[in-house]
Amino acid sequence: MPPPAASPEASVSTQAPSSAAKTSSLSGSIDAPERVVLDDQAIRRALMRMAHEIVESADGIERLYLIAIPNGGVPLGRLLVDNLERLTGTRPPLGILDTTLYRDDLSTRGARPQLRRTEMPSSVDDRVVVLVEDVVSTGRTIRAGMDALMDFGRPSHVRVVALVDRGHRELPIKIDYVGKNIPTQPNDKVVFRVADADEPAADGAEEGEEAVVGELQLVLRPGDSADSEQGRGA
Amino acid sequence: MIGRDILGIEDLSRDDIETILETAERMQEIGAREVKKVPTLRGRTLINLFFEPSTRTQTSFEIAGKRLAADVVNFSVSGSSVSKRETLLDTAKTLDAMDPDAVVVRHKVAGVPHRLAEVLEAPVINAGDGAHEHPSQALLDMLTVREQKGRIEGLTITIVGDIAHSRVARSNIYGFTKLGAEVRVAGPPTMLPAEVESLGVKSFTSLKDAIEGADVVMALRIQMERLEGACFPSVREYAATFGLDRAKLRFAKEDAIVMHPGPVNRGVELAHELADSSPSVILDQVRNGVALRMALLYLVAGRGGR
Repeated sequence: MPPPAASPEASVSTQAPSSAAKTSSLSGSIDAPERVVLDDQAIRRALMRMAHEIVESADGIERLYLIAIPNGGVPLGRLLVDNLERLTGTRPPLGILDTTLYRDDLSTRGARPQLRRTEMPSSVDDRVVVLVEDVVSTGRTIRAGMDALMDFGRPSHVRVVALVDRGHRELPIKIDYVGKNIPTQPNDKVVFRVADADEPAADGAEEGEEAVVGELQLVLRPGDSADSEQGRGA
Repeated sequence: MIGRDILGIEDLSRDDIETILETAERMQEIGAREVKKVPTLRGRTLINLFFEPSTRTQTSFEIAGKRLAADVVNFSVSGSSVSKRETLLDTAKTLDAMDPDAVVVRHKVAGVPHRLAEVLEAPVINAGDGAHEHPSQALLDMLTVREQKGRIEGLTITIVGDIAHSRVARSNIYGFTKLGAEVRVAGPPTMLPAEVESLGVKSFTSLKDAIEGADVVMALRIQMERLEGACFPSVREYAATFGLDRAKLRFAKEDAIVMHPGPVNRGVELAHELADSSPSVILDQVRNGVALRMALLYLVAGRGGR
């Protein structure tokens, strides 16, 4: 393209980092005071309750398949799978599904968002798939997740578990298992993170199969009304 | 990087290269699916504009575009208005008026993609211009080395062959040195550019010295028809001196890998035994080429937000 029209070299921006581990380096409006809405204990309690609900409504644990949406869904998915194993003696498979390539706002964004990894350990055909997300708002990420899922096969059911439902739905998406409903303003930021006491994983998204260590936290950062980047994909 | 041209590795920063490689590493998974398509570039148009025949690169870009759900149009020299004496710029402008979201260009003259990038609205991706650059090949080579070795920084990469006339060599020299590898080039003196060391590489006329301790040995295709008699006395002599085989590879590290941009002249720059099996990663390069080109299209395709 001709130089005058060339767009400035924008770095690839991601969404609000969710499990990005590094407590202090979260991007965005630094000045806004943030409030811890759910602390480690509350989150773990909610995850145990949601595991119970999943077992209750699942028609047998054998067909369950948890699929986490990165980044925040991944540590939550891991903890849920731990809980399910504790409750039933059977460990359901855990997949990771990046929805970025299925987003509906790629053509309107300035820069293409960074891709996260996808790992689908087994077929989704005839499974009861539970999509795991940290914060659900507009429902657009879940929509993208369902589209992505269908490219991998034909699950018998698709359900959604989310730690937080913050409202402002833009699509007819229902959350089957909710940790907590939190009323928010559209411009607020709700961030789930794993504050790692020691060394943070190099990339937050690359934490491998190891157990989730570190304190879980869900914080709300009131947004200033001029900030229009909010509520985009969530 | 949306809307940006990819004309050569020389113009890319280390960060740019790493963004591209990381994106490509995510794209690899799509090629392993049963349904190898994502809807990301649905409704976008990619034009492959090839003034020089190339089955591999063109096919690779075509598959990459299609896996991202773009509409891919191949425009090659034969049967086109190029033979009706339309000028290069008229051809390009005509295509641009069809509103493509990216144009992939190959031409035998160096600098053509740069000239086209000045006049086209769509981002231009250089798929090889003369003896200048072939950025997507170098990027897929870097992707393959990272996949095989886990890193690039600190590795020793030896490129063997016609360094002077090779766009693959030039792009790889820029790329691997930017990422912190030591790059060596080797070939008969007639094939080594005079000032090649100013690019930050070491040049050798002894193959043994060049591959001593190397982690990666990359053989380039020898254009036999054009070069025999001009740069080396005979193909047999070139094969004996600079052709890679297991015996010569012993000087490299034990876990060294062998690469080649293809197509291979078997028994010339690469022995049969090396072309087909283990230390060679030639087919991985081809597979990675699709993922890498998907990454480029994902990152740049679009008409600058208009």
